[in-house]
Amino acid sequence: MFKGYSLLKYTIKRILQLIPILFAITFLSFAMMRLAGSDVVEQKMLNTGQVVTDAQLEAAKAQLGLDKPFLVQYITWLNDLLHGDMGVSFVSGMDVFDTFISKLPATLFLTVTSIVLTVIISIPLGIISAVYKNKFWDYFIRFFSFIGNSMPNFFVSLVLMYILGIKLKFFPIISREMSFESVAMPTITLAIAMSAKYLRQVRTTVLDELGKDYIMGAKARGVKFSTTLWKSVMRESLVTIITLLALSIGSLLGGTAIVESIFMWDGVGKMAVDAINMRDYPIIQAYVMWMAIIYVTVNLITDLSYRLLDPRIRLEGTGNE
Amino acid sequence: MSSENRQVSVRQLKVKKCNTKCRLIVFATLAICLVAVAVFADRLCPYDPYAQDLSLSYQAPSAAHIMGTDAYGRDMFSRVIVGARASILSTLALVCIITLVGTAVGTISGFIGGKVDAIVMRVSDFFLAFPGLVFALAVAALLGGGVLNAIIALAVISWPKYARVARSQTLSVKVSSFVQAAVLAGDNPPQIIFRHILPNIFGPILVTAMLDIGTMTMELAGLSFLGLGAQPPIAEWGSMMSSGRSMLQTYPWVVLSPGIAIFISVVIFNLLGDTVRDYLDPK
Repeated sequence: MFKGYSLLKYTIKRILQLIPILFAITFLSFAMMRLAGSDVVEQKMLNTGQVVTDAQLEAAKAQLGLDKPFLVQYITWLNDLLHGDMGVSFVSGMDVFDTFISKLPATLFLTVTSIVLTVIISIPLGIISAVYKNKFWDYFIRFFSFIGNSMPNFFVSLVLMYILGIKLKFFPIISREMSFESVAMPTITLAIAMSAKYLRQVRTTVLDELGKDYIMGAKARGVKFSTTLWKSVMRESLVTIITLLALSIGSLLGGTAIVESIFMWDGVGKMAVDAINMRDYPIIQAYVMWMAIIYVTVNLITDLSYRLLDPRIRLEGTGNE
Repeated sequence: MSSENRQVSVRQLKVKKCNTKCRLIVFATLAICLVAVAVFADRLCPYDPYAQDLSLSYQAPSAAHIMGTDAYGRDMFSRVIVGARASILSTLALVCIITLVGTAVGTISGFIGGKVDAIVMRVSDFFLAFPGLVFALAVAALLGGGVLNAIIALAVISWPKYARVARSQTLSVKVSSFVQAAVLAGDNPPQIIFRHILPNIFGPILVTAMLDIGTMTMELAGLSFLGLGAQPPIAEWGSMMSSGRSMLQTYPWVVLSPGIAIFISVVIFNLLGDTVRDYLDPK
């Protein structure tokens, strides 16, 4: 339909779509936070337990600009943002952007380690499970996948902490720095949940693929099964696997609030939980924007990678070429 | 058939007989037992779950207190049983709410189509955009802690999934000839939705809901764990685990008992969900 509609144009269009989404969600989160009643000044006072006069409270609010109407606050914030200023944290007084950037490496590190571990666990197990369908190993693997799916991650965290941290003393209970030792337990926790979910998907995908005619054809021509498995089945299954990974990378980059909090892993997820508890609006806004950017980017990358891996898939909006 | 069956071993016979329907009965019974525990929690617990006795604090599991006692000397077993109320009953309420809302929105949106449909789907995209717990965190933080607020928070982010299922099913049923016939016969839209569409899309929605109970149990407990759901002293599994967390090293039963309770309930609900799916949607 549109012959000049190239991949680049499509990408630009998708990135432009980010703008209204960002407007909508920052406005919504701003509105929700302001309507919540309690604000950072009150939370601070509550936490310190000091007795303060109303005048002091008002003064503190005025200093942060919290006394102005909500729309004025939003427009001020938006204006600052367009000038590259995300404001300062209400709690620590530090620059929001700097704070956010300082938390990012920890989350990135945890994301990479847990994705790697998930891939190492789920892909081989998923394939074994599919190849030995309804035999012992299939049931064995699926049993553990079921167990993994039925445990909330805070339970897994605490059990791991108890067994690996307290009883066996393999890993430090609370992470003090970014090292493989400290990242081990949060990584295992996240990988257990993700592997349990993804090995099922890998199994289903591989099973679908194994049921196709070309497998029989390859067999008839005397191609070794392992060759078929690795050369054809794997490649065909990659689309599903990559989608899954992309989606989970997205949610991992958002920081896993619970796991990061339990292991005191100083990433963006823990930052968000702390900020929400303290009503630290500028930090929350930065976090919300980060989530939106991740979401749009991950979706875009997934769509583009579909296209690269399987040219039969048409990109939405490109029409019938 | 039956004479053949008599010759195979008892175990094989059991496996053979335990087909989907049989599994369905077993798991449904277990789930009903679980709900019954939650409903009759008051009469089942051996001690008052809120009675404090500091002289009994942190007793290890024993015959008198099979799950030990917590910091205030409260019997953990009684608290876990009563905790089923906040954990399981709220989850069921939550799943009912999102099923009803999601189905209503999805069906109507799919049936009307056009601009309404486009807008509704954009809105649901918006809610699907965020990892569940994060958005729920924000909502719960705004509304403050409390079981009811946690339910609202999770409901706000969970309904779009049901709306999507209901919509896609509605779209496929809408074009079928019996619906066309009903339209030609002059049925009004509510009649068509209630008589023709809803009965035909019920299966997939039920499957979605059943498979969701386990996940929702975990998410609700997760919110309470973060201090955004049930508030102490109310017995709820997530918040019990959270308050006992610092004592993991010395008094692990305070954390592990409610954790195991969550695990067992989720296992039962997941088994039931899988079975309902196999039963309604055999592959």
